[in-house]
This record gives sequence, structure tokens and C-alpha cells, in this order.
Amino acid sequence: MTEQKRHQPEPSYLVDTGKYKGLMAWLTSTDHKRIGLMYMYAMMVFFSVGGLLGVLMRIELFYPGQQFYGPQVYNGLFTIHGIIMIFTVVIPGLAAVFGNFSMPIMIGAKDVAFPRLNLFSFYLYVLGAIIALSSQFMGNGPPDTGWTFYAPYSIQTHTNVVAAVFGAFVLGFSSILTGLNFIVTMHRMRAPGMTFFKMPLFPWSLYATAWIQVLATPIVGITLLMIIAERWFRIGFFDPSLGGDPVLYQHLFWIYSHPAVYIMILPAMGVITEIIPVFAQKRIFGYKAIAISSMAIALVGYFVWAHHMYTSGMSTTARWVFSLLTFLVAVPSAIKVFNWVATMYKGSISVKPPFLFALGFIFLFMIGGMTGLSLGALATNIHVHDTAYVVAHFHYIVFGGVGFAFFAAVYYWYPKMFGRMYNFKMANWSFVFLFTGFNLLYFPQFIIGIMGMPRRYFDYLPQFTLGQQISFFGAILLAIGFIIMLITLFSKKGAKAPDNPWGGTTFEWRIPSPPPLENFEVMPEMGLNEGPYDYK
Amino acid sequence: MEHRDDIGAKLGMWVFIFTEILLFGGLFLVYAIMRSSYSNEFHQAAHHLNAFIGTINTVVLLVSSATVAMSITAVQKGNRRLAVILLFITLLCAAVFMVNKYFEWGHKIHIGLYPGSDLMVSLSHGQVMFFSLYFFMTGLHMFHLVVGGIILTIAMVKVQSGTINADRYVLLENGGLYWHLVDLIWIFLFPLLYLIT
Repeated sequence: MTEQKRHQPEPSYLVDTGKYKGLMAWLTSTDHKRIGLMYMYAMMVFFSVGGLLGVLMRIELFYPGQQFYGPQVYNGLFTIHGIIMIFTVVIPGLAAVFGNFSMPIMIGAKDVAFPRLNLFSFYLYVLGAIIALSSQFMGNGPPDTGWTFYAPYSIQTHTNVVAAVFGAFVLGFSSILTGLNFIVTMHRMRAPGMTFFKMPLFPWSLYATAWIQVLATPIVGITLLMIIAERWFRIGFFDPSLGGDPVLYQHLFWIYSHPAVYIMILPAMGVITEIIPVFAQKRIFGYKAIAISSMAIALVGYFVWAHHMYTSGMSTTARWVFSLLTFLVAVPSAIKVFNWVATMYKGSISVKPPFLFALGFIFLFMIGGMTGLSLGALATNIHVHDTAYVVAHFHYIVFGGVGFAFFAAVYYWYPKMFGRMYNFKMANWSFVFLFTGFNLLYFPQFIIGIMGMPRRYFDYLPQFTLGQQISFFGAILLAIGFIIMLITLFSKKGAKAPDNPWGGTTFEWRIPSPPPLENFEVMPEMGLNEGPYDYK
Repeated sequence: MEHRDDIGAKLGMWVFIFTEILLFGGLFLVYAIMRSSYSNEFHQAAHHLNAFIGTINTVVLLVSSATVAMSITAVQKGNRRLAVILLFITLLCAAVFMVNKYFEWGHKIHIGLYPGSDLMVSLSHGQVMFFSLYFFMTGLHMFHLVVGGIILTIAMVKVQSGTINADRYVLLENGGLYWHLVDLIWIFLFPLLYLIT
């Protein structure tokens, strides 16, 4: 790395230098950092809306029987909660926000390979989200199919499925273009001397993610188009009354939607892999194993989709194979956890907020992962299929995993994004509330799920009351934690952040906070004996 | 300051082509499964397609792929006029293809054979599935043909104005790649739909 000379510091990317000022300057900016931030703001809005819908569901579930609204409203609520959270928050998630903001800097590039395409992806994202949300207000009422749009119900229901499905299609297109952009960026724009195996591990995880985005999303794209064609033109691919096969829909849907889980979790793992060595001040343990395990997860994760369908009607052989592959995909995930823990061993650990959230991630992700194995096993799956146990499992992965990694990433890169620090004490309190609330909310769902509480029911038997009520209080704590976090980050300006507040070694910590528009005044290089994580 | 990376641009196009192949891949999967369940009815239904028009369209598309490839060579050699003519022939081929398809579809719709029609619903399940796939697959293919045509029209205008020249022609190259993809998909659609009688 060449010495930084700063005679006349370049203005930061937060200062408008183009022909527009203010909001227009943001909306027309092709700068990857600004696009990343725009994604972040949009996602925080969607996350708040989705979370609010979740709280509304918990209110209805506080007592058995009907309290405030009936089953149709509940069906609409869990459907739009799923669509918002899955398609507009966690799938673009960390890749769209931090992949855009940090990845080009981490590999020593000025921007992504196709900056205008990047902005176009953002607009597709906004457009898709608007179309999906419009399903709530137009047509014959909110869709009630669940986010999975299972046929033949999604063909028969009179609710406004087409808008939701088309919104998901557009969001998928946005995701494809982001993935494409990242693949080319990482192939073509790494700093001189940075070979693939010297690339930091967050970009590595994004690379694996991008391939899944590119290779899996088109399948769900065409499937969603087929659903629309069935509703508009009575083409009966999945409609048994016209000779179609509803199980085929489930296959096509999960061919994408299972790898989509890895689109969500891989960048989360990548962020954790960045945070742990920084706060342990120690070189990452097993660099190559982590990099390759990302690719292995992407590869094997492509072939496990039918474990969502053990009860849908498949041959025993197929179920056996998919179960085996499901167990196999747990191996690279476990390798990562092992390496994180090994990195911390004998490190000089400083427990700052990002590290705290990273620890929270590991804890919650392990619970989510282990319960995933019990769901991947054929016999136990039959028992807990479509129960609250499944709900608890995927919330532990998608919220406990992706969500907490997202919060960790916000706390980690916030000083770089805005050039300001935040109040650590408040941040720690937000962790306490989020972590406690999260476990109170979802752990009881494991228990009542095993007892037989089905998912997607607005009513339940009296023996589940205690569990549902604990969950309600968990949800409240969780919401408070999220609000504390927002206050911590956005209520007042913190002290000025140094260029490298955490003592990190990757490229983004060698440039000013906030970075100048073109990131580097002198383009960085990586020496022959240098690596991404050289700690003393 | 300008950032230019032709190899990167082409890599991006290739990745996009992968996604397109998988998009159609989902349809080919549905086709495979439906044909294995209803092989007899697919066989009968395919008799209703006009293999002659299908063959002409195949030839037309193959020629268009050749001319677009030649236009790239012409640009590389600096022969602007020839490149424009070749691109124009490509677009002409696309138009011929569309006109043929218009007559094919128009005939079917005229006799009442289209998704959701009374005639369609009265057919056996396998035949409904065949014609559904026929309309869906060729429809999606036509959409891609139109997109490819628009890209090549832009490229033609840019060749004419000199923005695409012997020094920089990656847009035309990418347009050509996309056009070959459209062609390739048809190469698979043609036997699967027309030649299984």
C-alpha cells in the first residue's frame, strides 16, 4: 500500500459536486456508496413496515380465538409480511447495502463495473417494491397465499395475487443485475496484486452470492410469469383441472427459493468474517477454508430445494437424496463457525458493539442451523412440518442470522459511511433489547411448534397460550431495541470518526472517513507478501 | 475521466446470457415433464403446427445470425457501409420471422385455438398443455427477439454515426451475442415443438 498524501483532501462523497443538489443529487448518483446508502434507507423503511405487520399478528395471537380481526385479514398480514421481509429486505439485504458501499473499496476499486446499471438495479428495486405493495390497495383485496404463492391456490384465489407476483418478478430482476454487476466487478477491478485468494472474505461471500443470484433467480422469474399466465390466460401448467401439476410449481419455486436463503445468509457470514478478526486483532483462521466454504455452500445449496417438500409427494429415493444433501450443506457452514471461534482464540478481543452483534449472530445462527438439521431429517420433518417450529427455525436464520449481521454491519461501517462515531453505551443497550427480545419472541415458537401449533393459523388451542404470550412480549422488546438502535445512529451527530476507528486492515480503513467520491487518491496495491488480514 | 473495460462488458453479457438460458431452462423443464406425462397427446397436437413455416423461420434466423457476425467483422475492418447493410439484413430477417409468426398465431387464434378459449378447454389435458407451452414459449421468444432487434437497431444507428467503429465495437458485439442467444433458443424450440410428430 502506497503512502497516502493529503495535500488538498478531496471532498467526501456526501458532498454534492455534480450538477444537482440535495435529493436529486442522490437519486441521480451512480456512486456505489450513495446507492448503498439509498438501499439502506429504503430497507429500513420496509423493515419497519414488515416488523409492524409482525407485531399486528402477535397482537391477534395474544389470546386464542378472534380478538381484533378474522382469518382473512390474518392471511393477508402474514402474506405481505413475508413478501416485504423476504423480497425487499433480506434478499437484497446485505449485498445491496454493504456490497455496494464497501465491496468496491475493499477490493481497491473506484466503483462497481457498471455504475449506471447499478443505479438501474436500485430503481428496479424501488419499482418492484411499489408494485408488490400496491397489491394491498388495488384489485380484490390483499393476497392471501403466503409469500410462497403455492399453486393451485394462488391461481384460484380472488385476491390480488398478480401484483404481488409481478412485484417479486421485478425485484428478482433487480437482484440478477446486482449479482451480474458484482461478478464482473470482482473479476475485473481488483487492485493490482490482489489475487482472488487475497481478496477479503466479505467480497468472497458476495462473489458466491452473486452466482446464486444470477443462476437461481431466473427460475423463479419464469415460474412467477407462469403463475400470471395461468391467472390471465388459463394456461394450466400447475392447475390439476387442466392437466397441470401443482407439485411441479413447488419444485420450480424452491429451486430458486432455497438458494435464496443462501443469497441472504452468505453476505451475513461474510460480514461476520470481517468483524471478528478486527475485534480480535488477529489474522482470520482458515482463510481459504472460509472462502471455499462460501462457494461450497452456493454449490451444494443449489441441490437441496426439495427438503421443503417432504410431505408433498415425492419418491422415497428423492427424499433420501435431498435429505443427505441437506446434511452436507451444513458442513461448510459449520466450518465457518469453527473458524470464527478459532480466530477469537488467544486474540486481543475488544467487545465493541459490532463485535457484540457478531457474537449474537453466531449464537442465534447456531440455534437456527441445528434446528434446520432436525427439519432436514426425514422422520422429524413429518412431525414438525408446517408448524411454528419451522417459523422459529427460519426466523433464527433470517432474522437472528441475517438481521443481526445487518445490525453488526451497520455498527461496523457506520463511522466509514458518515465519518461520525455513535454512543457505544446506547448501542450496547440496543443489543441487549434486540437479543433478549429476539429469543423471547422466537424460542417459545420451537416449543409450541413441537407441541403441534401449526403455522399460518390465526387461532390456536388454549395450551399454546403461554408460549404465544411470551412471544408477544419478546416482540415488544425487539421493537424497543430497534428503536433504540435508530436513535443511537440517527438522532444526533456523534464525535468525528478517525479513518480507522477499529484498527482494521482492509482497504476501506486506509482512506478518509467518509471516503472521497473516487474512494482512493492513490490507487492501492497489494504487495507480494501482503494479505487482507495482516495483524501484528 | 473515463473507465473502459471491453472484456468486462463482454463478461457481463455472458453472465446475462446464463440467466436467460436458465429463464428458458425453467420452461424446458416444464416441457420435459409434461411431455413425459403426455407423450402421445404432444405427438398429436404437434401435427397442428406448420412445420414448413417453422423451417423457414429457422433458416431466416440462422441467416440473421450469420449476417450479424459478419457485420462485426466488417466493423473491425472499418467497412462502415457494409456493416450497416449487414445489420439491416439482420433486422429484415427479424421482421420476416415476426410476420411469419403473426400468420401462425393469427391462424390459430382465428380457429379459436388460444389459451382460455372454448376450443382449448374442450381438448384433452395433454393437448392443452402442448398449446399452452407453444404459446408461452414462442411468445417469450418473440419478446426476446424484439428486445434483440431494438439493441441491434441502436447498434446500426451507432455504426452509421461512427460511435461504433473499428476501435470500439463492444456494444455491437454484445448485441450480436444476444442475437445468437435468441437464435439458439429458437434452435431448441423448433424441434421440440414442430418436429415431434
